[in-house]
Amino acid sequence: MDYERVESDVLVLGAGGAGLRAALEARERGASVIVVSKSLLGKAHTVMAEGGIAASVANVDSKDNWKVHFSDTIVEGAYLGDWEMVEMLVKEAPERVYELERFGALFDRTPDGKIMQRAFGAHTYRRLCHVGDKTGLEIIRTLEDRILHMDVKVMDEVVVTKIFTEKGSVSGALGLSIREGKFIVFSCKSLIIATGGAGRLFLVTSNSWETNGDGMSLAYMAGIPLQDMEMVQFHPTGMVHPSDAKGILVTESVRGEGGILLNSKGERFMLKYSPERKELDARDVVARAIHKEITEGRGTKHGGVYLDISHMGRAFILKKLPGMYDQFMSFAGIDITKDMMEVAPTVHYFMGGIKVDPSTSATSVDGIFASGEVAAGVHGANRLGGNSLADILVFGKRAGKYAAEYAHKAAHKTINNSDIIDSIGDVTKYLNQKGENPNPLMDRLRKEMSTHMGIIRDEDGLKTALHNIREIRSKAAYIGVSGTPKFNQGLISCIELANMSVLAECMVLSALERKESRGAHTRSDYPSKSRAFKGHMICGNKNGKPVLSFEPVRPMPARLARLVKEEVYV
Amino acid sequence: MNVCIKIFRHDPASDEQGRFVEYDVPFEEGMSVLDAVNYVSNYIDTSLSVRWNCKAARCGSCAAEIDNIPKLMCKTKITSDSVTVGPMRAFPLVKDLVTDITSNYDKLRSIKPFTPGKAQSGVWRMNEDDVVRSQEFRKCIECYLCMDVCHVMRLHNTNYVGPRHVIKAASIDMHPLDSLDRSVELKEKHGLGYCNVTKCCQDVCPEKIQITDNAIIPEKERAADAIYDPIIRLIRKIRGVK
Repeated sequence: MDYERVESDVLVLGAGGAGLRAALEARERGASVIVVSKSLLGKAHTVMAEGGIAASVANVDSKDNWKVHFSDTIVEGAYLGDWEMVEMLVKEAPERVYELERFGALFDRTPDGKIMQRAFGAHTYRRLCHVGDKTGLEIIRTLEDRILHMDVKVMDEVVVTKIFTEKGSVSGALGLSIREGKFIVFSCKSLIIATGGAGRLFLVTSNSWETNGDGMSLAYMAGIPLQDMEMVQFHPTGMVHPSDAKGILVTESVRGEGGILLNSKGERFMLKYSPERKELDARDVVARAIHKEITEGRGTKHGGVYLDISHMGRAFILKKLPGMYDQFMSFAGIDITKDMMEVAPTVHYFMGGIKVDPSTSATSVDGIFASGEVAAGVHGANRLGGNSLADILVFGKRAGKYAAEYAHKAAHKTINNSDIIDSIGDVTKYLNQKGENPNPLMDRLRKEMSTHMGIIRDEDGLKTALHNIREIRSKAAYIGVSGTPKFNQGLISCIELANMSVLAECMVLSALERKESRGAHTRSDYPSKSRAFKGHMICGNKNGKPVLSFEPVRPMPARLARLVKEEVYV
Repeated sequence: MNVCIKIFRHDPASDEQGRFVEYDVPFEEGMSVLDAVNYVSNYIDTSLSVRWNCKAARCGSCAAEIDNIPKLMCKTKITSDSVTVGPMRAFPLVKDLVTDITSNYDKLRSIKPFTPGKAQSGVWRMNEDDVVRSQEFRKCIECYLCMDVCHVMRLHNTNYVGPRHVIKAASIDMHPLDSLDRSVELKEKHGLGYCNVTKCCQDVCPEKIQITDNAIIPEKERAADAIYDPIIRLIRKIRGVK
């Protein structure tokens, strides 16, 4: 099969916030840049980020500063966050926000004209700079605008199926242009993976179609270890009804702006689980509370709990939560200025992902960098709302910088022709009419993950899942679809299923091994936190087989340890 | 109960002509058109081409013509036992329901980016009331339904840039700290004069942006002032404002 060849110093996989910010930085540092995206430019999952970007600019609460933000992030990450990455995140977030404003983003304003900030779960102060409930969209549009006016080549609707390496360093990648049905060989000196998370491994998720964990899987296949893969964030509030809206995010801003949670008996149950922070406790706490209410029979008829903001008044809601108003109006026919919403937890974010060097975002393969949701480390065992938008800008810029610096010193390597032919064959083999439809298998995989890798896990369930996932993987050898490579949804499903089943296995293995409950990972058979597990599950790839190892959290230097209250074990 | 969904199938690379193909899909309470199309592509014919992403009306990928009206598939419920889905007809067809909208990137490039005035330093202060005007246009999810419905774009071969790009220009023009005026360029380079304010674009906008009322008409007025009103031109020139 024919292929096209393109060349750049830096190749960026993913056109979400992290990818675009990285591309911008690498280009400004003189590197030639190509950005590859599975969806259209400007459609990345970042557009769905709603609540805001966490940065301690202290426009609303003057006591806020990076130190408090640091402490909040470490504590609510259940002490698994890497101190160095967290320090960068909280110190650099304000500058990234102001920079975005200088690029042309328009944030909501305070009465004295500064950037407005709102309250969010487990943030000590009102910290989230926002644009109504469409902050992610503003970030993407601003970066998109910037990229379009720069000399950066964007190749959208291209699915990358392989990263090529040569003697332990990157040489390029293979992509399939979805629109044209043609293969493209990318030759690059350095490569940034910024492909986001893998929420679509689950049945109910707030994530976009493309969020299948492709980047994590590509990295793993290239020999890069994955970290903390058991740490999956369930956002406490996703829509439950009607069926087509199941899982769609209901922003935390609803609670941040005064919304309260009620069970079917009309009790404000968060008073019981978290008397001080109530609805605005960390996401893992609120998600578990809602889960408990539902499983103990105090849920609504559609299997959720109620979320009510109507007491804040119509004008306020329409200004601060226009997206939510419209979403409930059009999907459920509910007027949230008058009626209650029905919500339940939905898979939202992967704290785990590609293991990176904290200071440079470099991976174990020379020349490959990772940033944003695809990378692990900064959020520990539970992410604070608003920290992901800070993450993509802070670490997107950093990855761009280090990838460009690497590219300046490196040379293009030749990509072995037989590697190219083999990798193309790995895709075209799916164009086999006699093959099994990948979609029912994908459904089964999602069901396994939702059933056994949910909010509450146990050994029996995880072992069942592992067994079934391995069975699905063996069956996946026989999948195939008809048609040509051009915009063939089935062919993309085949590629994705392979990626997803690899990740699912890593996730379940890591969850089995972590015999404790910490942050987003809750084991009913090990309900308390254990000192022995204060560290990271690392899932390496040894000749195609996942191999687990454990790496303790790096001890914090005294100047930072002083900022954070000591971890308590009971 | 089943729904009969008629989907436009056409691969320009191999078929001379497109045709509508009927599929029976089991109906579920609250089902959207995208759910039905996905059912077909997942379980009946995996080679069906359809573009979608967020499934929450936030990304604007799944624009199509549903019973001949430009709409988002994810935001349109199935309300009867049959529905027809075709691609947007204002853009070149890639295959089936997917069109090539990449020409819009060049149009976006042709609009001058945000250019703050020189005096801006330190922490920027802006009045909330001034910000709101521009924020309306920033809700745009680039679904291009407004371009699809626009008769100037569909029927006439002009240089009109299209509603999406007028609101893009307006969103920057109305940024309180921007120092340029894009209205003259909109008129002279981007064919803004061809729009005869039928307001179809704002009728189909899923974000309910008042495209014609709040962006197109003000930009037309500004362009007219700048080009035809000699006194305003003189004042602007002396003051150096837009």
